[in-house]
Amino acid sequence: MLIGAVTGFAVATTTGLPVLGALGAMAAAALAASIFAFLVLTLMANQVATGLALTIFGTGVSALIGAPFVGITTPTFGPIFPEALTSSPLLRLVFGHSPVVYLGLILTLAVAWFLARSRAGLILRAVGESDTAAHAIGYPVLTVRYLAILFGGAMAGLAGSYYSLVLTPMWAERLTAGRGWIAIALVVFASWKPGRMLAGAYLFGLVITMELQAKAAGFNMFAPEVLAALPYVATIAVLAIISAAKRGGANAPACLGKSFRATA
Amino acid sequence: MAETAVAPRLELKGISKRFPGVVANDHVSFAVPAGAIHALLGENGAGKSTLVKIIYGVQGADEGEIVFDGQPVRIGSPREARALGIGMVFQHFSLFEAMTVLENIALGMDEPPPRRELEARVRQVLDTYGLSLDPYRHVHTLSVGERQRIEIVRALLQQPKLLIMDEPTSVLTPQEVEQLFTTLRRLAAEGCSILYISHKLHEIKALCQSATIMRGGKVVATCDPREESAQSMAELMIGGSLKALSDKSGAAKGEARFVVASLSAPGEPPFGTSLKDVSFAVRSGEIFGIAGVAGNGQNELLAVVSGENQRGVSGSIRLDGTELARLSVGARRRAGLASSPEERNGHAAVPAMTLTENAILSARSRMGLASGGVIRAKAARDYAAKVIEAFSVKATGPGAAAGSLSGGNLQKFVMGREIMQNPAVLVVSQPTWGVDAGAASFIRQAMIDLAAKGACVVVVSQDLDELLELCDRLAVINEGQLSEPMAVKGISIERVGLLMGGIHGAGQVGAKADTGTGRAPAEKKHLEPAL
Amino acid sequence: MSLMRLESRRQESRAMMLAAPVIAVAATLLVGAALFTLLGHDGLGAVYEIFVKPLFNPYRWQDLLVKAAPLAMIATGLAIGFRANVWNIGAEGQYILGGLAGTGVALATLDMTGSWILPAMLVCGILGGMAWAAIPALLKTTLGVNEILSSLMLNYVAIQILYYLMRGPWKDPMGFNFPQTAMFTADQTLPMVVPGTLIHLGVPLAAAVALTAFLVLARTVTGFQMKVVGLAPRAAAFGGFGAASTVWIALLAGGGLAGLAGIIEAAGPFGQMVPQFPTGYGYTAIIVAFLGRLNPLGILLAAMVLALTYVGGESAQTTIGLPSAATGVFQSMMLFFLLAADILVRYRLVSGRPATVADTAANPAAKAEPKPKAVTA
Repeated sequence: MLIGAVTGFAVATTTGLPVLGALGAMAAAALAASIFAFLVLTLMANQVATGLALTIFGTGVSALIGAPFVGITTPTFGPIFPEALTSSPLLRLVFGHSPVVYLGLILTLAVAWFLARSRAGLILRAVGESDTAAHAIGYPVLTVRYLAILFGGAMAGLAGSYYSLVLTPMWAERLTAGRGWIAIALVVFASWKPGRMLAGAYLFGLVITMELQAKAAGFNMFAPEVLAALPYVATIAVLAIISAAKRGGANAPACLGKSFRATA
Repeated sequence: MAETAVAPRLELKGISKRFPGVVANDHVSFAVPAGAIHALLGENGAGKSTLVKIIYGVQGADEGEIVFDGQPVRIGSPREARALGIGMVFQHFSLFEAMTVLENIALGMDEPPPRRELEARVRQVLDTYGLSLDPYRHVHTLSVGERQRIEIVRALLQQPKLLIMDEPTSVLTPQEVEQLFTTLRRLAAEGCSILYISHKLHEIKALCQSATIMRGGKVVATCDPREESAQSMAELMIGGSLKALSDKSGAAKGEARFVVASLSAPGEPPFGTSLKDVSFAVRSGEIFGIAGVAGNGQNELLAVVSGENQRGVSGSIRLDGTELARLSVGARRRAGLASSPEERNGHAAVPAMTLTENAILSARSRMGLASGGVIRAKAARDYAAKVIEAFSVKATGPGAAAGSLSGGNLQKFVMGREIMQNPAVLVVSQPTWGVDAGAASFIRQAMIDLAAKGACVVVVSQDLDELLELCDRLAVINEGQLSEPMAVKGISIERVGLLMGGIHGAGQVGAKADTGTGRAPAEKKHLEPAL
Repeated sequence: MSLMRLESRRQESRAMMLAAPVIAVAATLLVGAALFTLLGHDGLGAVYEIFVKPLFNPYRWQDLLVKAAPLAMIATGLAIGFRANVWNIGAEGQYILGGLAGTGVALATLDMTGSWILPAMLVCGILGGMAWAAIPALLKTTLGVNEILSSLMLNYVAIQILYYLMRGPWKDPMGFNFPQTAMFTADQTLPMVVPGTLIHLGVPLAAAVALTAFLVLARTVTGFQMKVVGLAPRAAAFGGFGAASTVWIALLAGGGLAGLAGIIEAAGPFGQMVPQFPTGYGYTAIIVAFLGRLNPLGILLAAMVLALTYVGGESAQTTIGLPSAATGVFQSMMLFFLLAADILVRYRLVSGRPATVADTAANPAAKAEPKPKAVTA
């Protein structure tokens, strides 16, 4: 996400085109994800450790790349709907967002369709469910997993560029503040179902905006630190609730986190 | 019906495959005519599985040629094999538990039709062969026999010319085996060749017209199993004759020593079987068998008895009158209850650890391999060495990694580790699963010897033949319920089979007919009451 | 790759296990130099400034020891858990809470004197870290909540607690409104063990902790338990090691030692509590733990290497203007290369025909799925 955020920002400010920024963000993040994929899939490295290494790497590299861009603003996306549609507050709620917001919505639905209905999605799920069985039937387990990781990286990159190009059109170190981790929690929360993920994401969005809204409204009942900590506490609470409801994060693919080497 | 083709359906010429340190296949040649049911016979490790993987394109051969319908072919992947008309039913099913039957079938096809059409075709195949299966059930809700049917339907939808069955009956009840044979005979009559891999001699005699026997990667004989005796084929398979087990009769005596009563427990997540009111009692010196098709609660029973699972368990487990059901794993061991689960790698033993460390794993308290929380390294090494010696384990020494041992040797070590602690009760699951005949015979003898010293031995096994050979009495587990125990002497195989299949009112049928195995049917009255 | 393929080893190679960290550091230096040159910096200069120059400057040696002490301490605690596949990523938060708990004692005893104060601070530091780590432990053992996510989220919460205390209740009333506590008194700061240097009591303490942990891991049933649980959880259950006890031991050891490191930093180099207290040691220690092969003695060495990146990185900022973020890049590259080199522990590279597949009949060990396990020491 951070690599996406900084790349998106750098490309957008340099070229003046936020669309290129978003594309660049996806490419750069996918590239970073490919390091992870190579280590974890080809070299069968520990996934937790590799993920952490990538996080530290992304934080460092993004700070390096971003150093010259601190404190300047970037061109952002223009509205995509005609002004008439955003005249009233109610209409603005529907039509008044950045194109990336709609893209996120569309992509979620597309992924949901892909997983549930398409043949490639079926194969993807099969590989997650039992890599040995998928291999025995003749599916390219590692290729499927490479593609999945790269897609995941690209999406994280896009999300990162949303932070740096749309939400706060500027760059700062550690801009995303652990949102990528919250997204992982979201997947657990949603039991691996894209529809529920969307609902969960809006729920978290609400919690996070509460901090800003409360500040703006001069709402002082809680210390600002309490509100700043709220998304993280909420994440833990949500994980606890979902784990209590169905022990051990039901619906997780059976081969989640396992490395695979063709031995059959 | 069967066309009389000149060329055989499948011909292997000098197939060789080497792995580091092992020649898995050494110039293997044989042919399977069209419409024939051909057995590939051999012990674990004889090279059958490797050969089958070469035919199905999962692995490549180092040398040799495969000729299919007269044409030399190169089979680079399972997809190419399927394109040629080769279907395969795996020993360890390649199924996806969390998916439906239909999704699983679609995954096994290269160009599956749309869902509706696929469903129609599946139903048609099921009708044609008289098989029953609901396309929309999730796999994890199905019995093992039903799961195998998915694999078979998956293969049949591609209208194969050659169907490979890898150890298909190891998980079926006798009745399911009969049903499978009917299907296979019918397929063969329609011209499909079948390569039937097994080490069960009586099945091969009943089903196959020709057989290739492998040992140590080589073909040692090709014969007509209907004309050979089981004895002669067994000797070809193991390359010698096995020592008969010593007589065990008369060892069981006295009152019940190990008593399990009304044991209930929830199944292992996600898809396990829950135990329902399981009771049995074992006398001193007795070997008690628990038969059943895999997945009917055997693993759960072992975990509950050993103490590995204590969540939601109710009922009692008593040894010499002492209640063990509330005790930890370690406390049960100290009280004299030893156990050995089905899976060697990663459960009964840690492959990446040395044999010494594996000795510490379960023998540390009884054998004094640790005191005051500190490990006594020398004592542990000595105990591991003693086990290696006494159980003729082939290993470089106590420092060898468990994973570097062959399956049979590791199993001997695991069994030796438990038996040499001199337990009052030994509970084992699949003690000879995936083990060569020599090691299997050794392990069985060791259990008999332990019982002879007055211990109670409980053997959970899918291999009915093993239980009949070894046990004084046995009971059948099905969907987490244990049947009444039966004395092995004079037992009815048909009745056991029906119990395995979940027909509980089987007493009436049991008396009806012999199943042709030569054992006398048991009388209902003969059943011993639970002690 | 067509000429080389991986072949499963029958037993893990001990030689490669020791060689992998060395390879990783060497590769980091090479690739790091290239990367920074590409990014428009003086790549070779950066490597020299960070990894070489401090070694020849005796004044920097004490810096190294002082920086390595908390890293080694935290990493030792983490390694205990990592061996058992308990992924405590919350060391940063546990470090903060340890620091805060000890600071709480210090603030309550500002007017007192006595040699009991510092030990009380250290004990409370340990307890503070343990308490913070107990949250993920409790969630894991009672509800099955993934400890990676819960412990990580708590890092962010810990930072907010620190900010809150610094901005409000614990702010030094005499501190010109700076958000920081009063300076600790002499009885509340760590004594120097080598007079005239920066080397405080925490340095020998870290070494003692590592040595103790080494003995515990190598010789005791508890150490054996962590190893078995990490390698084969089902076998551990079979051997009578409960999953819950393992999670508790792992997290309390990690939290306690991170908390100890926290109060040692607060009562040592900082001498007070400030908002800049969290410096990422909790994350860097993860790299230290892996680079040290999850072995406390290796961790002592690895802590020195990572301390070098901090000390050298700081001086490179002033001497050649390298951005501070470079330190993190070097550190993460080290972990990348280590994880990559680890493949050679379990597999050997052989030249020959293009890869086929390993045999299961010939090698039963290969049948067990290769665990996503980086190291066993």
